[in-house]
Amino acid sequence: MGQIEWAMWANEQALASGLILITGGIVATAGQFTQWYFGAYSIVAGVFVCLLEYPRGKRRKGSTMERCGQKYMTKVVKLFGPLSRNYYVRAFLHLVLSVPAGFLLATILGTACLAIASGIYLLAATRGEQWTPIESKPKERPQVGGTIKQPPSNPPPRPPAEARKKPSEEEDEAAAGVSSGPQENPIPVTDEVV
Amino acid sequence: MANWLVNHWLSVLVLVTWLGLNVFLFVHAFLSYEKGDKYYYTREILGSALAWARASARCLNFNSMLILFPMCRNLLSFLRGTCTFCRRTLRKQLDHNLTFHKLVAYMICLHTAIHIIAHLFNFERYSRSRQATDGSLASVLSSLSHQEKEGDSWLNPMQSPNMTVIYMTFTSIPGFTGVIITIVLVLMVTSSMEFIRRSYFEVFWYTHHIFIIYFIGLGIHGISGIVRGQTEESIKESHPHRCAEFFEKWDDHDSHCKSPQFEGNSAESWKWILAPGVLYIFERILRFYRSQQRVMITKVVMHPSKVLELQMIKRGFSMEVGQYIFVNCPSISYLEWHPFTLTSAPEEDFFSIHIRAAGDWTENLIKAFEQQHSPIPRIEVDGPFGTASEDVFQYEVAMLIGAGIGVTPFASILKSIWYKFRHADHNLKTQTIYFYWICRETGAFAWFNDLLASLEQEMEELGKVGFLNFRLFLTGWDSNIAGHAALNFDKATDILTGLKHKTFFGRPMWDKEFSTIATIHPKSVVGVFLCGPQALAKSLSKYCHQYSSLDPRKVQFYFNKENF
Repeated sequence: MGQIEWAMWANEQALASGLILITGGIVATAGQFTQWYFGAYSIVAGVFVCLLEYPRGKRRKGSTMERCGQKYMTKVVKLFGPLSRNYYVRAFLHLVLSVPAGFLLATILGTACLAIASGIYLLAATRGEQWTPIESKPKERPQVGGTIKQPPSNPPPRPPAEARKKPSEEEDEAAAGVSSGPQENPIPVTDEVV
Repeated sequence: MANWLVNHWLSVLVLVTWLGLNVFLFVHAFLSYEKGDKYYYTREILGSALAWARASARCLNFNSMLILFPMCRNLLSFLRGTCTFCRRTLRKQLDHNLTFHKLVAYMICLHTAIHIIAHLFNFERYSRSRQATDGSLASVLSSLSHQEKEGDSWLNPMQSPNMTVIYMTFTSIPGFTGVIITIVLVLMVTSSMEFIRRSYFEVFWYTHHIFIIYFIGLGIHGISGIVRGQTEESIKESHPHRCAEFFEKWDDHDSHCKSPQFEGNSAESWKWILAPGVLYIFERILRFYRSQQRVMITKVVMHPSKVLELQMIKRGFSMEVGQYIFVNCPSISYLEWHPFTLTSAPEEDFFSIHIRAAGDWTENLIKAFEQQHSPIPRIEVDGPFGTASEDVFQYEVAMLIGAGIGVTPFASILKSIWYKFRHADHNLKTQTIYFYWICRETGAFAWFNDLLASLEQEMEELGKVGFLNFRLFLTGWDSNIAGHAALNFDKATDILTGLKHKTFFGRPMWDKEFSTIATIHPKSVVGVFLCGPQALAKSLSKYCHQYSSLDPRKVQFYFNKENF
């Protein structure tokens, strides 16, 4: 069990808890249960938890599968810097968020699940795990021909060494470096279509 | 379309039957609680939420019963073995046990949600009517029998108007067990997410065992009889249709209506889950017993690319091509069992597996064997499981495609073919086999080099060079390797593998492969077998459709995805 990143499971658990909080909150508010304002709180807290937990952190080893469309939230979560990176903060935050929902039966399940997620985050934090954003690498397109500035100045067929002492005088017209370039061919060259 | 139907008709039938039963049970329970006279007064307080809760409870019982069956792999093996007269498509259905298990689990989650929401409304309504002082029927019913001498014929579980719903939940058996088993369910679901399963299998494996708490909790959940309906006698005496409107006059001396008497429904869940529970316990005992049988490791081979081969023998073990076993190594982990496909042929006197380092457990296992300590680690084996891949021998022409380690089931098949040839087994319908192995690095070839080389030689000796055609594809090549290959272009044997068949670089061009085969075998039925990634399965399936001729007498490609 040495390489387990508990934070990954805590993340799934917290996301599920967020959804449970939202559902319980909607039931309590729509049904106008006694003390339904806890339900309203629960919806807000649930949405916040879901938004926070939606971007999956990067695994330490191996590639991580991103959740669909998570890059927008990644940017936002990244903004909070150490507050979102550190799992102690998250563990504490989830624990605090879960408490008010515990006063209403409809949302108490969300409380329990979020508290468990908080516990797993605490475990992850004690093992030194951190949230690292998944960033997409910018695509490097190799520029074809980008390094070719000048066509070759002395392309084959090259005349023997004596003739080569002549410096090239003319500029090359064709960029493809056609052999009838800046040098004069001592023998006529005919293009054979191969 | 026809191809898909032929392959999947049984899956569709099972799914439709299962969904149909769910719908039937739901509707049946719903109507009985929504319309039944017995619950007339209960509905007065609770409304339709009663029926929703009970209907989803019925479905929960049904699905909780079903969910254990697909996990009894020894039972499934037994069914598979006894049904040898069944067509292979039926037996193959048993291989989809995991998919069915997941579907049933999703249904349980859905019904849990419905059940909880309905009961939230129920508790809220019970609480309100207990506190109500408007003298309505609901409030009269709620205060029933807490004053009567017969203490047990109450309707509203709230003992006093001061009781809160939370107090009620945590001090009643159904409430408390309900919360516990729902938390357990949520934990099981979050740890079984595909991402967690693939990356941290142990978290999934250990957490999933809390299903024991789920089943015990479910069994206890209904024993307190909190769902109450009017007793038979009371209905005969004071039928609700007659007496409900005169509720103010109940128990008056001149009224023919007496106060209704109620009784709780007895627990129902245990009746559903007892049989599968017992069966599953039996399955685990059987697994334990089988694992205790001695496995002797006859040979350990360390191949390049961190691949470990273990050759073993076990008394009474008999296998077929393409099956898999579960392996446990107590010195690494007492409780973990991991599946591996068998790479040996049934004709050999040992069975073997090839293990690649792919996670904690496999890496520790390879390390343990690498160190070559004097007593080698003990291995326990359960199996073999899975439907045999005998289909390969039924097709005139077979295309076998394995990506990387996905070639292991085909290794078993190729070895079996070699033995069948040696013994001149004429049950083989196969005339030609095209074997595609797609691999990233050269080191990975080495472990089957021997096999492929000897098969090549065998075919030459028997004069059947066209029977087995290899196409080996190296997808992780670089310019060095390519350059080297270009230099040695006209050598008779391949520089990497030493085989007569040359290695190709890059991925196969399936268009070319399919059209070549279609041209060479214009009138045959070609079976295409894949063990590899899903993306490849999709594209191969597409090519099969594309290159199958519309004329059924001409070439037809049938795609079989073996799920290992």
